[in-house]
Parts: sequence; structure tokens; C-alpha cells
Amino acid sequence: MSQPLPETAAARRPLLEVEDLRVRFSRRGQPPTTAVDGVSFSVDAGEVVGLVGESGCGKSVTSLAVMGLLPERGTQVSGAVRFDGTDLLTLSPGRLAARRGKDLAMVFQDPMTSLNPVLTLGRQLTEVLKAHTDLDRAARRAEALDLLGRVGIPDPRRRLGEYPHQLSGGMRQRVLIAVALACSPRLIIADEPTTALDVTIQAQVLDLLTTLVRESGTAMVLITHDLGVVAGTCDRVNVLYAGRVVESASRHDLFARPRHRYTSGLLAAVPRVDAPEGSPLQPVPGSVRDRLEWDAGCAFLPRCGRGDDACRTGGILLAPTDADRARHAGRPGHPDHEARCVHPAGATT
Amino acid sequence: MLTLIVRRLGLLVLVLFGLSILLFAWVRALPGDPARALLGEKATPAGIAEITARYGFDRPVWEQYLTYLGRLVRGDFGASINTGEPVLSTFAQRFPATIELSVAALLLAVVVGIPLGYLAARRRGGLLDNLAVGGSLLGVVVPVFFLAVLLKYVLSIWLGWFPTSGRQDARIDATHVTGFYVLDGLLTREWDASWDALLHLVLPALALGSIPLAIIVRITRASVLEVLSDDHVRTARAKGLARGVISRRHVLRNALLPVSTTLGLQAGALLSGAVLTETVFSINGIGSYLFDAVNQLDYPVLQGFILFIALVYALVNLLVDVSYGLIDPRVRVS
Repeated sequence: MSQPLPETAAARRPLLEVEDLRVRFSRRGQPPTTAVDGVSFSVDAGEVVGLVGESGCGKSVTSLAVMGLLPERGTQVSGAVRFDGTDLLTLSPGRLAARRGKDLAMVFQDPMTSLNPVLTLGRQLTEVLKAHTDLDRAARRAEALDLLGRVGIPDPRRRLGEYPHQLSGGMRQRVLIAVALACSPRLIIADEPTTALDVTIQAQVLDLLTTLVRESGTAMVLITHDLGVVAGTCDRVNVLYAGRVVESASRHDLFARPRHRYTSGLLAAVPRVDAPEGSPLQPVPGSVRDRLEWDAGCAFLPRCGRGDDACRTGGILLAPTDADRARHAGRPGHPDHEARCVHPAGATT
Repeated sequence: MLTLIVRRLGLLVLVLFGLSILLFAWVRALPGDPARALLGEKATPAGIAEITARYGFDRPVWEQYLTYLGRLVRGDFGASINTGEPVLSTFAQRFPATIELSVAALLLAVVVGIPLGYLAARRRGGLLDNLAVGGSLLGVVVPVFFLAVLLKYVLSIWLGWFPTSGRQDARIDATHVTGFYVLDGLLTREWDASWDALLHLVLPALALGSIPLAIIVRITRASVLEVLSDDHVRTARAKGLARGVISRRHVLRNALLPVSTTLGLQAGALLSGAVLTETVFSINGIGSYLFDAVNQLDYPVLQGFILFIALVYALVNLLVDVSYGLIDPRVRVS
């Protein structure tokens, strides 16, 4: 009873394992900037994992690094991105391209600019099928029709011959979702898929995306700055700050017991409808630019109300808090709620 | 699309109409007696009287204009003061040479310029890029006539690789069907005639094509660089498409939009460059005809030429707009 049942390595292996990913951009005449500073997280098959953080925390760069879509020039990427056991960072550009769109696909932030304005929607849908499947022309067209129908685009037959500018932003994002789903990938990375859309249709598109992902058993990395989006969709959440994961937990644990002071600050900043009228918003003070280098301590320290000199040492680990270890006592394995914090919130519970 | 063409053609008629008023006013606005101005230094009382009567300078201005316009509509551009030949028939006779030269120059500019600009952008900062950018600067700043003379002296007089002047060796007994000598040779299966005409065309086309070539290289390069950073190219890469497919379908096609606009604008510059090139290489085209007309203030020829150029320019740009509509669905008029 006390030992977990032995499982085969393959079954235990996560679908995507990002380990100590670092991305540095260097430009001539400027000091290099570190956008991603040792990010690690994993995604199991069929799981929806959130990457949350504010602008500049490295979430988009992380996703582009996983996809191998960062510009080659002036970019240094290190660490490992294991997809189904293969380190994508070591693949040749050609072999990586053969997996992109097929095994792992991406939905981008801005549907207004992410489709090619001079090609028909049909062409943009079928070309990904042509690249990765043996379907003939007619079969590709049929598949494209089916995909447009699945993402809820009315009159798909007519839309196939139309151009992006003839569609609204929400419809375009649906097309991009159809493109991502076309080859039934095992992982979809969605980078702020609803941020550029009208508030009124954000929920529709997000629902569509999560429904389709759940139905097909595809895993998804959902990148967002919106905790509301996370609350509605994710199984697990990783909170990023200054290029590192500062907290990793199941959705329930994160919202019920945020441990890192940044996470708790974010949750406190969400305006509540049940708050007394006129009560002020509670933003996280300061800005991301006020940061410590991770080697010198906690990057969040300058904005943290709880920090002290103990936070000024490098190498603070992402680990379960004492409180969570206590909660977990008596069960197998380690608690899956980890935080990179010297003085975690709720330490006494 | 059809609406666009019809509307543009209607606009063209208006432009030509306005231009005819300007051209008419231009000759009338010359100081002194228009007949004396037309004849210049050679004016004699008898000549002035004859010109005045022939052109109706003694009639009211509006009547003169209507007569002028009526003649234009019927295709009568008047006759050259110098040669007495009707302007239109001389145009018809000389135009093919100019067209052939211009098309060759433009073809050269497009066929070399677009790939060069594309490769320069893909290898930004590399040797090819620096050569292309530096070379195109040189291409723009070196005057056409200087380049023409230089090419002629080095490659034909000095090295003897190409013929020095004319459009075809006089010893070749070629049949001329269309007036485009290279094409004529192909149509009549006189391969040697066609080849000879092509050799005659190389240096003038190089000289004339240098500026459009330089501009196309630069525009293509800048345009490709811009498209490369577009979001939709990232989407194409995320789809895992082959490199060649991304380059052709997602980069080059979008990047060609500004290039096609430039081509239309180049058509005007090309014709003025043709004047110089034809003069240097002794080609009997519109250019050398015009060169003589300007020197001798041959107003009917100049008027006819300007109208004609306006027409060609407008038609070329209409063609560019149509091609633009074919490439970019957003500008299509439903």
C-alpha cells in the first residue's frame, strides 16, 4: 500500500518535458537579455497545462522555443525540450519541421495577422494536410470542409474559397484552430489565443478550443495572463515570473492555496463582484522591471511585501512547501504543489 | 475587377482630355506669335503666313482647340515641322524598336532583380547582400548615358563581344513582320536574324535596365525582409511546411506586391532612359526621334509624344493595378 504500483517507463513518461530551458537574445552592441531563465515543466498526454504570467515573463518565448520558431540569429537556447522522449532542440531544422504541424501544433495570439492575406482559407487549411498526410486533393478538401464545420464556421463550402479579410477576428481564430487541429496533433500550444479577440467572443472561442482538445484527447499548453481563463480550462498551472516557474500546482490547489507571494498577489489583484462598492483594486506593486537576478535571490523580492534577507540568496528551489508536505503525509510520492519561495503564503495551514 | 478596369479606362479618357488642353495651351502660351515660335530662327514672313494659315492661328482660340481635339480623336497628330512626315505614322514605324528595348530592359530587371533581392534578404548582412545593396546604389547613381557609353566602349569597341550600334546587322536579309526584330526572326524561323537582333539588344538593355534593376533589387529586398517578420510566415513555419513552399507561397508572393507597383512607376522612367540609350546605340526608336524633336523644337512631335507617353504610362499602370488585384484579394473590387 505504501509503495506506488510499478509502472512502465513509457506510461509514466510525460508527453512534453521542458527541462531547464534557457533562451538568451544577443544583439550587436547591446548586452544580451535572458528571456527564459531555466524553465521546467511537463505535460502529460491529454492534459491541459497553463503557463501564466505577466508580459515579459517569458511565456511566449518558452512556447516559441518549444516549437523551434525562435529566430536563429542572435538566439541561444539551452536545456531540453523532450517530446515523447525526443529532445526537439537537438533535431535538425528539417526533422523538426516534419513534426511541427503534425505532432505538435500552435495557435497564435493575433488572428488578424496570423493568416496569409493573399491565400484562400482553403489553401491555408489544405497545405498543412498536404505537408503531413498522404491524402489526395479531393480528400484534403473534404477534410478541410469537415474541420471548418468542427470549429463552428457556418457555410464552410463557401468559406474555403474566401480570403482572411472576409472573416471577423473570431472566425479567423476558429480557422487557425482548425489549422492546428488538422493533423490531429498530440500537443497544441495556444499562446494567448483569445487576447486579441472581442471580449464578447473570447469565451466562445476558448470553449471551442478546450472542447475540441478534450474531445480529441490532445494535450494543450495554454499560455495566458488571465487567471480567469486558467480557472475555466486548465488541469495544472505553472506560474512564470522573470523567466522562471515560481509555482506549479493543480488548478484547484493553486486557487485554494497559492504559495508563492507573486501568485497570491495576482489572485488578490483579481477584482471581485462581491467586494464592497468603491473598494480599491489591489494591484501587485511595482513592475517586472524591478527585479533581482535569480542568482542574487528571488527576482520578485523588490515587489514582495513579505521578503527579507533570507530571500537574497541564489538557488531558491522549486519545491513543495512544508505545509503541503504535511498535507501530503501518508500518501505515496511527492506533493505535486511546488513553489519557489522562502516565505510561502499559508505556511501554517 | 471588370468595374475597376472600365472605371480606370474612363478616367484615362479624362486625363488625356485634360492633357490635350494643357498641350494646346503650351504652344499658344509661347511668347509672341505661335507661328514664329514654331518656326524658330528659320522664320520668314512667308513661312509665318503659311503656318498661320495651316494651323488656323488666326481663328478664335476655342475654335482652334476644337479643331485640334477633333484631329486628335481621328488619330491625326499633325506633321513634323522638320520632316513634314505625319507624326503618327513615324511613331508607328519607330515604336517597335523602343518597345523591344524597354521590354528587354524591364525583363532583365525583373528576372535578375527579384531573385537577387530575395536572396539578399534571406542572407541579410552576408556578402551577397552587401554586394546587392552596394551594386544597386551604383546602378541608381550612374547616369544611363554614361553607362551606355561605358558598355559600348568596353564590351563592343574594345572587347568586340557585342555589336556597337543599330538593331541588326545590315548584311542580314531579315523579314520583318511585327517590327520586333527578335520576335520576327522567331516567327519567320530566321534564327540567325533573331540571334543577331538579340545580340544587338544586350548592351542597350543592360544600360537601360540598370536603374529599374537597382530599384527592383532594393524594393524586393526590403519587402522580403518585412514579410519574413510577418506573423503569417511564423504560422506557415508552425505548420511544418517545406522551406521552399514557405519561400514561394508565403514570402515571395506577398513580397511582390510593392514590387509590382514600382514596375508601373518605372515604365515612365524607362521611356526617358530609352531616349538616351537609343541615341548612344543609334537605334531608330521613338527616343532618337524625340531627341531630334527636342533639339529642333518640333512641337507637333513633342505634343504627340507627350500624349502618347501619357497613354502608355496610364495603360501600364492599369495593367499593374490589375496584376495587383490578381495577387492581393484585398484590393479586388467585388
